[in-house]
Amino acid sequence: MRLIACVLGLWAVTASVNLRADDSISYNRDIRPLLSDRCFACHGPDEGKREGNLRLDLSDDPLGPFRSAEHSDSVDGAKGNSQAIKPGHPDQSEVWKRITTDDLSIQMPPPESGKKALTPEQRDLFRKWIEQGAKYEKFWSFDPLRPQSLPPVDHQSLASNRIDQFVVASLKKHGLEPQPSADKRTLIRRVTFDLTGLPPTREEIAQFESDDSPDAYERLVDRLLGSPQYGEHWARHWLDLVRFADTNGMHHDHYRELSQYRDWVIRAFNANMQFDQFTAEQLAGDLLENASIDQQIASGYNRLHMVMDRGTNPPQESYTRNVVDQVSAFGTVFLGMTLECAVCHDHKYDPVKQKDFYQLFAFFNNIDGDPETPGREQQPPLIRLPSPEQSKSLSEFDSQLASAKTNVDQLKQMLKEATAAKKASEAKAKAEAEKGEKTDKVAKSEKAEEEPQAASKPDDGKTSQEAQQVKALTSQLKEKEEELRRIQTARDELQREIPLALVMKERADLRPAFILKRGAYDQPGDEVTRNTPSFLPPIESRGTVLTRLDLARWITDKRHPLMARVTVNRFWQQLFGVGLVKTSGDFGAQGEYPKHPELLDDLANTFIDSGWNVKSLVRSIVTSQTYKQSSRVSPEEYINDSENRMLARGSRIRLDSEVIRDQVLAISGLLNSEMYGKSVKPPQPADLWRTVSMVSSSTYSFKEDTGDKIYRRSFYTFWKRAMPPPQMTIFDAPTRESCTSRRERTNTPVQALLMMNESQYFQAARHFAQQLLSTQTQDGGDVKASLSQSSDSKRLATAFESITGQLPSDAELSDLLNGLNSFREIYREDVEAAKAMTAEVSLSSDAERIELAALTMVVNALFNLDTAKTRE
Amino acid sequence: MNDELFEQYRWLQNRRRFLNRSAVGLGAAVLGSLAAQRATASLPELPHFRPRASRVIFLFMGGAPSQIDLYDYKPGLEEKYKQPLPEDIRDGQRVTAMTDGKEKLIQPSIFKFTQQGKCGRYMSELLPHLSTVVDDLCFIKSMRTEAINHDEGKTQFCTGSQVQGKPSLGAWLSYGLGSLNKNLPDFIVLNSAFWSGDQQNVQALYSRLWGTGFLPSKYQGVAFQSAGDPVLFLSNPTGVSRTSRSKMLDLVTQLNHKHAAEIGDPEIQTTIAQQEMAFRMQSSVPELTDLSEEPESIKSLYGPEVEKSGSFARNCLLARRMVERGVRFVQVFHRGWDHHSALPAKLRGQCKDVDQPWAALIQDLKQRGMLEDTLVVCSGEFGRTVYCQGKQNETEYGRDHHPRCFTAWLAGGGIKGGIEHGKTDEYSYNIVDADGQRTTRFEDDAVHINDLNATILHQLGIDHRRFTFPYQGLDQRLTGVEEAHVVQKILA
Repeated sequence: MRLIACVLGLWAVTASVNLRADDSISYNRDIRPLLSDRCFACHGPDEGKREGNLRLDLSDDPLGPFRSAEHSDSVDGAKGNSQAIKPGHPDQSEVWKRITTDDLSIQMPPPESGKKALTPEQRDLFRKWIEQGAKYEKFWSFDPLRPQSLPPVDHQSLASNRIDQFVVASLKKHGLEPQPSADKRTLIRRVTFDLTGLPPTREEIAQFESDDSPDAYERLVDRLLGSPQYGEHWARHWLDLVRFADTNGMHHDHYRELSQYRDWVIRAFNANMQFDQFTAEQLAGDLLENASIDQQIASGYNRLHMVMDRGTNPPQESYTRNVVDQVSAFGTVFLGMTLECAVCHDHKYDPVKQKDFYQLFAFFNNIDGDPETPGREQQPPLIRLPSPEQSKSLSEFDSQLASAKTNVDQLKQMLKEATAAKKASEAKAKAEAEKGEKTDKVAKSEKAEEEPQAASKPDDGKTSQEAQQVKALTSQLKEKEEELRRIQTARDELQREIPLALVMKERADLRPAFILKRGAYDQPGDEVTRNTPSFLPPIESRGTVLTRLDLARWITDKRHPLMARVTVNRFWQQLFGVGLVKTSGDFGAQGEYPKHPELLDDLANTFIDSGWNVKSLVRSIVTSQTYKQSSRVSPEEYINDSENRMLARGSRIRLDSEVIRDQVLAISGLLNSEMYGKSVKPPQPADLWRTVSMVSSSTYSFKEDTGDKIYRRSFYTFWKRAMPPPQMTIFDAPTRESCTSRRERTNTPVQALLMMNESQYFQAARHFAQQLLSTQTQDGGDVKASLSQSSDSKRLATAFESITGQLPSDAELSDLLNGLNSFREIYREDVEAAKAMTAEVSLSSDAERIELAALTMVVNALFNLDTAKTRE
Repeated sequence: MNDELFEQYRWLQNRRRFLNRSAVGLGAAVLGSLAAQRATASLPELPHFRPRASRVIFLFMGGAPSQIDLYDYKPGLEEKYKQPLPEDIRDGQRVTAMTDGKEKLIQPSIFKFTQQGKCGRYMSELLPHLSTVVDDLCFIKSMRTEAINHDEGKTQFCTGSQVQGKPSLGAWLSYGLGSLNKNLPDFIVLNSAFWSGDQQNVQALYSRLWGTGFLPSKYQGVAFQSAGDPVLFLSNPTGVSRTSRSKMLDLVTQLNHKHAAEIGDPEIQTTIAQQEMAFRMQSSVPELTDLSEEPESIKSLYGPEVEKSGSFARNCLLARRMVERGVRFVQVFHRGWDHHSALPAKLRGQCKDVDQPWAALIQDLKQRGMLEDTLVVCSGEFGRTVYCQGKQNETEYGRDHHPRCFTAWLAGGGIKGGIEHGKTDEYSYNIVDADGQRTTRFEDDAVHINDLNATILHQLGIDHRRFTFPYQGLDQRLTGVEEAHVVQKILA
């Protein structure tokens, strides 16, 4: 009921939030989104679909809105010249007339188009814009970055760095005030989750809480940025974006080996590799001069797309699909643009021509390898990465193999000769015998013919020397062949253990590229050469032919308007839940205009000037007052600005699936923090793979790992694209089939079931309960004492603090105590249930089992709190 | 608590509609994040017009059944046995890498076709049960697709696009229409765990076939499992009784309320509501999958396999129980229809799995008066070639993939029964118009997958052109960017 009351009370406030602080209309912010949404499909860049010889996306085009043109069907029926838009005069602008007319036959957008008519508020904006002179602006994200001057702030104390200065100024403009800093406990939990994906320990909280030095927080941030878990957590976001997975994703959905690439990404983040370098090594590591092994591994970025199996599709179709996927990924990851539309036709909203798409296609059009995966084998081009010991063993095996082969060959030759000698001697013997027999009985000769073998079979005791030789050699050969096989098998085994990495490799000669008509692989049109879209700065070549390396340098050139903006926005999104541009994968015409454009540009400039220093960028964001604000505000404020776009408070964000699981494992003490290596398979419900897979797929049967592998961070969980781990997808992890720059955050009953019942999550609750009980006992109490009220409180407070980062209030503690006692009652009455739940734990009495079961349920409850799955 | 909470939500839902209609759409998004989480929300603008169906059962035969041996009777083919397929019939059709460059010799069906029902339609001897309900069925013989392989074919059928990343039909419906039952998911997927006709070459499924693509992931299909928990993680762990779970949720809710008093985020209320719903699902789902209350007469209608968890028969009965309880969209997958060789035996086995349950489902729905507003659709991802693949004799012949024409059947939900739609040439190779000329035009009764989807949406009261979701700069539609059409001729 409380909720309804606040919603009602809020109604008046709600209306005011997004109103502009001043009256001036900005084309990019206010008008372009309207035009793009309602008009550009027919009056925009796509020539093929252009209506009425009018385009509204460009002001100075020959078909632009200001030109005078004859209209036979203008609204007032008047023939003669009129203008689509007449600056300063909405009433003489055909566009204005058509969006306001009631005449359905000429209304814009046409009712049958399915496009929504402008709302009165939007019409108002549009009219004002024309009145103010209908000024067009270059599309904001294609406009070069410009230095931003810092807006003045009344109270400097509110702004601890440049970020705050922009935010505080913007808040003031909207009549809002920033929130004070969150309490220290909230803060350490927030920043530890954000930087490492793990919760802080109670000891870390205590240490930070008691550290009164002025730079306590900054030192905390530095410690977190320096922890190896930082690299894992930030790599995980990157892997969503580049669609990293352990299987091909198509047809058989076989396993593919890319863990070396994943390890490279972790190391790159931890080493704070400059982001332009990080980009270049992935896009074109193979083309760098004297490319190191690591740089070649990084080029595996180009191999992350879905792959078809050989022998199904026409290979050219698979090939084209791969390259189209790579170009689309290039758009999403580095340009923040959706280029896919231009596969078939000129983009309807952005100035991306179909030709532009295939010019980019030409950069990726030259892989030295087949487009399809050869069954279960790994698909070349690939490199093998033996350790020094493995290399040594390999070469040992190779020399053994060589000598074994020589032995075998020699023996074969000797045997061949011996056999020939034997045959010759036998033939001779036979001939002699026959000669003798001619004078003998005829019957004997017939017998010889009936049993032709008989002659060549030396009689017992009369074995010829040659035959003995053959026999001896045969058995020697068998022995040596066996040895050869043994060595070969051992070598194969070693070879399988040697890590390999799928990489990118260019063909020697350039494969020609064509515009594909309607995107069809078998419908080539005009030939195209490598180039970048003309609405962006020109690309520079360092050689005779443009390469992927030139492309990488082009996007990281500081004159490039997109890359830095797109990248800082995505990092911002990781830390605030939503980017400054919400559509973090679409900075094009249908994307969102940034909420704080000056801040975005300032961050991008700083990022470039710092030498693309990621840690420095992250540090400046998380040490800002803006980031540190409290998220404890009224329901009104949440409802007013649910996604915290104004930044008038700290963001409250539901944790990602991986973080939720890792937290449960970490708090319970089960987490195995081993880093790097191949993916692992923690338990999942039976038959999930089998139900969808082909019998001959290498990922048909799921076999769960054993030992502490199943407690590795979720980041390392095996990712089968056709059936990703449900613990992850239920909490909105993408399938990793295509590039994902932003995860949804939903709240569903299936998530609630997962949190309550999943086997590892529940096991973790029991394990944690066990820890709590045993710690207490070690403190000196016996079982009886541990049942007392005060030790209960202590334990419950410990559990609450470990899971939420906060100390429980008296009321919360009382709820927990009552809960614990109710569970004790339940399990006292149902001892069998307590026994069943704790069967795997060695305990001496039923009383202990009841105690463990009861506490397990309380911990299970705590893990299911809203706050447990949320960073506040 | 539960009822009060849901009253709150109902109120919020109305509120949300009001906000959406009002000029200032602010705050609507906020309430949306709260109210849209609940089970029964539909988009305020839906339905666009009066629906003829309120729920759909989609029977998907993965691997692509042979239309020539099941539905598309071609009596003249016997005389053409082992003759090469005329080039003008093939007319540049691209083929898979399996039969590319190989001989293409005609293989008539070895199965007998006889006239059935009042409509007198020719039905294959492999489908004796389905033949008894033929007067309720509408066969579209002129289905077409662009895909020539399973992965893309299934993806296109289930999401309207060959390229992954688009929402499935069920996800669209869940997003648009919500559900009719607050205790069950809107969109349920039933994967069959057994198939009799083929054990080796069983084509894969992918969770994207019931995924949400760019729609929020809460709209994804909930796949019921044939073994273990029907819904993942449904059962309480060992040692946790319903009483214990209920107590645990009481504690969680108490603490969540206390926290909500300190921090204003309405999302906490949503979490509380979802936990309540999860608790209710723990009893509603077992009730749904428990067949002990089904009379023997009904079970025997579906055949003996109905007793086997994971069988197609069991899944058809479950599908009926689901739509009966208001689940909006149930998709039943059955695999093993990819018969490149030894088609006769394999197809016979497959039909044994599905024929009786198909007919039972139609009869069962009909006798309950539910067929009227339940649309049943059955299809594979494409058809199969008239020419033989592999060894050519009565037992070993096989057929390759064929996208140019195949057959889907529909029943109920405002679709005419006892009719056929579309024509194919004498080889079941091309769709042809009234004059026998090859065509792919909708005006000539060719039906693209997008047309079928447009028709399904139409029966649910949705105009496919206006049913959009903004993503990547486009108003995305299930039916794609090309024009799609409602197949008016098959509507009752």
